[in-house]
Amino acid sequence: MIVVDGLSVQSGAFKVEGLSFTANTGEYAVLMGRTGCGKTTLLEAVCGLKPVRGGRIRLLGRDVTHLPPADRGVGYVPQDLALFPTMTVREHLGFALDVRRWNPAEAAKRVDELTELLGLGGLLDRRPQGLSGGEAQRVALGRALAFRPGVLLLDEPLSALDEDTRAGMYGLLRSVQRQTGVTTLHVTHSRAEARSLADRLFVFDKGTLRESPPSSLQDELLDARGARTDGSA
Amino acid sequence: MPFLSGLIVIASLYVGLIVAMIAADAAYLVTDPTGKGDDGIVAGFGRLVRPLAKPEIRYAVKLSLISCAITAILSVWVAVPLGYLMSRYEFRGKGIVDAVIDVPIVLPPLVVGLSLLILFQTIPGRAIERVFPVTYAIPAVILAQFSVACAFAVRTMRVTFDQISPRREQVARTLGCTRGQAFWRVVLPEARGGMVTAATVAWARAMGEFGPILVFAGATRMRTEVLSTTIFLELSVGNLEAAVAVSLLMVLAAVLVLVVLRWAGGGQARGW
Repeated sequence: MIVVDGLSVQSGAFKVEGLSFTANTGEYAVLMGRTGCGKTTLLEAVCGLKPVRGGRIRLLGRDVTHLPPADRGVGYVPQDLALFPTMTVREHLGFALDVRRWNPAEAAKRVDELTELLGLGGLLDRRPQGLSGGEAQRVALGRALAFRPGVLLLDEPLSALDEDTRAGMYGLLRSVQRQTGVTTLHVTHSRAEARSLADRLFVFDKGTLRESPPSSLQDELLDARGARTDGSA
Repeated sequence: MPFLSGLIVIASLYVGLIVAMIAADAAYLVTDPTGKGDDGIVAGFGRLVRPLAKPEIRYAVKLSLISCAITAILSVWVAVPLGYLMSRYEFRGKGIVDAVIDVPIVLPPLVVGLSLLILFQTIPGRAIERVFPVTYAIPAVILAQFSVACAFAVRTMRVTFDQISPRREQVARTLGCTRGQAFWRVVLPEARGGMVTAATVAWARAMGEFGPILVFAGATRMRTEVLSTTIFLELSVGNLEAAVAVSLLMVLAAVLVLVVLRWAGGGQARGW
């Protein structure tokens, strides 16, 4: 479960204040808002990468508000993926396991599982420079899921992909989430993504967060303003 | 087209000047100094090698190589943490620290040497001297080289770290790394090219250092004489041949540096 309660975060001159939302264990929550509204800042606060000025963050029943990122047990896929250029795909998948000192046999087994789950066979010895957009995306996802985090945070994970690849990724994200049961928070500005993926939908608008049923997106599409923002997806 | 021709004329004047300087050094050695004309490559080569066999010059070569290597290692050792700090963290007085780091780059070299000399005349300086003699000794050579070369290494490392997205360290931290682990596992491997560049730039600066060494370490033969000092000493006694031979040796070192920089990749992009 992800519980964010009255969260205030400041990032330079930019701040979000008093945000609250809850996503239950095993849910796929989508947080939707325009570019520059503070979605990334919010996600970084949940990861522990931005200091929190007020409010609480609880992940799977544990208060993590002031814990360092390493102790929060979150898998994080940033918008630019931030793959490590000096490492192969295999090293990416094993990175968190190596840091956590898993025994090598267990780690190798886990890497095999992820390779299977994400369809990365044949890519294991490549470096990020040699991967397509969709492949890089799957590697970033595998790296984040390797240590079996309870919570997965995705920041605009599909924005850099072409339309066909993106459609394929919807299915993959869904099936990965079903198989692992990881509670997911997916941030996006795309209505199409929200419509295809969300169990729960939160809309971030003018500094406030409100929950909205995913089905409402269909109707809002008719709204002229909505159609315009969707065009930027 | 006049625009492009203008560019080409100005560019070729400067490039031509550099090439002509080096060619003149080489030509000087193959030209018979008695004025009877060109006496060939073999005799020229002899004139190049003969001065280098002098024990004083061999000592200078050895001291140059050792002191420059130590300077390069020390510089990288300081430049990596300092460059990282300047690239990643915001703190009060950062602008001042930044300006201070650039001081050795803009300061006249003789002033650097004089300042070092005076520093070791102060009370703490003298205290150090009593335990560990610095001034007019080999440590002074290294310190004089280091105080200037390190500034270039810091600049190189800062640009290197600026070009590495902090996002990767952040992801590494969510994956279980402390800040330190993220640095060792993710940032440093990526900065390897930059570190080679920083070491090479520091080495090259150290090799060419003269003013500060002359003032702070002196120019004592078989003691604090490095290659740049040799050129100065040989010139001052009118032995142009030996000065040119040593100069060509340094040209060779410079070419090696350029090769390493090209190989390490993107020296031009590293801000010096």
